[in-house]
Amino acid sequence: MPEMLLEATGVAKRYGAVAALRDASLSVRAGEVHALMGANGAGKSTLVKILTGAVHPDSGSILVQGTSFMAKSPAEARRGGIVSVYQEPAVIPDLDIRSNLRLTDTPVEPFRHWLQELGIGDLDLSELARDLPLATLRVIDLARALAIEPHVLMLDEMTAALPADLTERVLHVIGNQRGSDRCIIFISHRLIEIAAVCDRATVLREGATVGVVDINEGSEERIVALMLGERAAKSEAQMVARAGSGPSVEATTPRLAARELAVGGRLHDVSFELRAGEVLGVAALEGQGQDELFDILAGARRPDSGEVLVNGAPVSFRHPADAIKAGVVYVPADRAEALLMQRSIRENVALPYIAGFRNWGPIRMSAERTKVNAAIAQLQIDTRAASEVRQLSGGNQQKVTIARWVAGGVETMLCFDPTRGIDIGTKQQIYELVRELAAAGAAVLFYTSELKEIQLACDRAIVIFNGRIVAEIPVEEADEPTLLRAAYDLPKDVLMPEELAAEEVASDHATALPAAVVAPTDPADPGPQVSA
Amino acid sequence: MSAAAQARAPQGAPVASRLRHWAERNSWTLALLGLFAGILLLTYLIQPTYGAPQLQGLAVGAMPLAMAAVAQAIVVISGGIDLSIGSMMALSSVTAAVLMKDQPEAFAIPVVLGVLLLGVILGIINGALIVITRVPDIVVTLAMSFVWAGVALVVLASPGGGSAEWLTGMVKGPLGPDFLPRALVVLLIIVGVIWIPLRRSTAGLSLYAIGSNRLAAFRSGVSVGRTKVFAYMLGGLFSAFGGLALTATTGIGTPVPGAYTLLGVAAVVLGGVSLAGGRGGVAGPIVAVFVLALVRTDLTLLGVNSNISTVIQGAILIGVVMFGSFLTMRQART
Repeated sequence: MPEMLLEATGVAKRYGAVAALRDASLSVRAGEVHALMGANGAGKSTLVKILTGAVHPDSGSILVQGTSFMAKSPAEARRGGIVSVYQEPAVIPDLDIRSNLRLTDTPVEPFRHWLQELGIGDLDLSELARDLPLATLRVIDLARALAIEPHVLMLDEMTAALPADLTERVLHVIGNQRGSDRCIIFISHRLIEIAAVCDRATVLREGATVGVVDINEGSEERIVALMLGERAAKSEAQMVARAGSGPSVEATTPRLAARELAVGGRLHDVSFELRAGEVLGVAALEGQGQDELFDILAGARRPDSGEVLVNGAPVSFRHPADAIKAGVVYVPADRAEALLMQRSIRENVALPYIAGFRNWGPIRMSAERTKVNAAIAQLQIDTRAASEVRQLSGGNQQKVTIARWVAGGVETMLCFDPTRGIDIGTKQQIYELVRELAAAGAAVLFYTSELKEIQLACDRAIVIFNGRIVAEIPVEEADEPTLLRAAYDLPKDVLMPEELAAEEVASDHATALPAAVVAPTDPADPGPQVSA
Repeated sequence: MSAAAQARAPQGAPVASRLRHWAERNSWTLALLGLFAGILLLTYLIQPTYGAPQLQGLAVGAMPLAMAAVAQAIVVISGGIDLSIGSMMALSSVTAAVLMKDQPEAFAIPVVLGVLLLGVILGIINGALIVITRVPDIVVTLAMSFVWAGVALVVLASPGGGSAEWLTGMVKGPLGPDFLPRALVVLLIIVGVIWIPLRRSTAGLSLYAIGSNRLAAFRSGVSVGRTKVFAYMLGGLFSAFGGLALTATTGIGTPVPGAYTLLGVAAVVLGGVSLAGGRGGVAGPIVAVFVLALVRTDLTLLGVNSNISTVIQGAILIGVVMFGSFLTMRQART
């Protein structure tokens, strides 16, 4: 057995009453891409923070190349060859890229080399970081980490919400590191990516390592079983039973309708109808105008032309409060956008109802409590850390966001990638919740960056490409290949260009990386502009 | 070296691309300079005799506030705020004035250096208290402003003391041509010699980093605490320069601080430094100080009641910043 490059044993960390890690261990060989798996709140992030010196463990030992190495700060870990790339890039927004490199003593030439490898070699280094799209910043962060030739590279949800082409390049580069003298610790909720690039996986559950799995055919089942533990081991999120055969009320006026909405160059002529009891899926590659569409519907932005109708009556939202009054509520992907992180679950859930100016005077506490408790119970929110929402795991935070609208009796809910960065078990609960809401008469618009969720939660799907609705697909046909083809705006009956077909094969079988190269796109415009 | 610009520069040569970037980044300061030129023109229209002596007076009068604005700008860029700048200036001013009174000219050299060192120490105390006690910046510096103001009164109970001839000579009068005030040149040299190399160093980048995004800075390996102390240290240093400028321009030490702290904040905001940290530089605030001073001059020339002109200055501050964010928002929308 080759020597372990990194060996952590018995690592534990408590935050007050909460044990984030109880007994975590991790052994990684040189030349290995190693997955670190676990449901949200299992302790993956804490372990990464300990390895990079951002957090100090209460106990445990960490060996790098056989010698004890306990970093006291990220700077020290960096010097010791341990680098991490986080979900939110560690790039200073107010500095240009060149200054960011200098701040971290990163050599420029290797950095350029890795940018090239990652498909954004034409990046202008004097661009301010704040002017670049998030996806580009993540890739920059990765290139910067690779440029200092680390022994141990940790990627924490690196690919979450990256557009497909960049994900492709990132996975390709990571896969190429196999057999090198460094190791990569790879954290992702997407089993497909794990299967594509990883050699082994360490699974954490409730702060302890519960197993190490060799990645091969069928290991996904085992990983999921380990992650879920004694909970019924669902192999994958399952199709949720639908109430009846979808909305049968074709004749009634739609709950929410868009008529020829347009915003600058981002959105053109978008029209659709959403009926009560229906979940309408929205599929699109990154940056095709879905952000603008949801902003308009939620009242955060006004369209240049076109109109929005609620229950058949045209509305003009000046403010999200107007949308909420009209019964249209918004669940963003980024929980930090929706929640008061320092306040309690209760206050967060009750916020929309006590924020109305109409009820000056004392808040009716008992009525509020009843509603809030009902919503918390319905969503099975973990209330151990009820006093501050920021102590909750990402999945539970998202449930709080949804609970606030459920408590008020939701009519129309706009979900924008609500399951981003959430573990499988909680995802499943969110799909079920969305179906329950629809069954109870709500209308739900559901954008997701994970195409397979469309079939799991929706009744039909619309596909947006380059600011236009290019397809409407009934749920039976809305499998991943069909949606992907539509999302790239390819006609159904025409063969895909070879490189896209290769990509699709990779995501279908998840065994090998595509050798083909997706054309690199301009960093200022991350949307793949592949023309059919 | 300019591989970056070459890689994507359909606009032309790398130099042009760099120049464009530079102009883009400094658009606020350039616009302020334009505003200053406009107001200067207005001044000539109001008072055709306004000339070199008045310009020199303007520069002399603005110098202490300019130093205060630079001190505040550095602290604000790093994500903090220093409410003790006025008091530190007063303490530096009286210390210098007391030590220099009735002393030989040469003795003033170690005094000046000593006062600068004093400023550095005061700043380090501010920063260290914030980092170690974790009490918010605004609370610590507010409290320390009382402390330093009290110490200044202990050193010198009423305005007095003296200034070395050469120190006063450094700021009074023109340098070369008549219209180039000596105070302005000295100000620009002091700020330039310290700030320009700093901005290009890792330490300077770290100032922006912790002000822009503390978590990202920490993860990039920046020592947040040390950088914060460094920022307050520079704040103390420039406050000491401000105190020396007070003594040099007035010839005496003044133990009661003027409104330098809050006027400094006003200049920082007007100078395009984001109070949220991470954005801006020291050039903008300096220009802003001159804009504010010239506006005040104009109002005096127009015979406006000085109380009313304070009201007008406040209104201008809000108006300009509002107009600026309005432009930024429009730009973001297109």
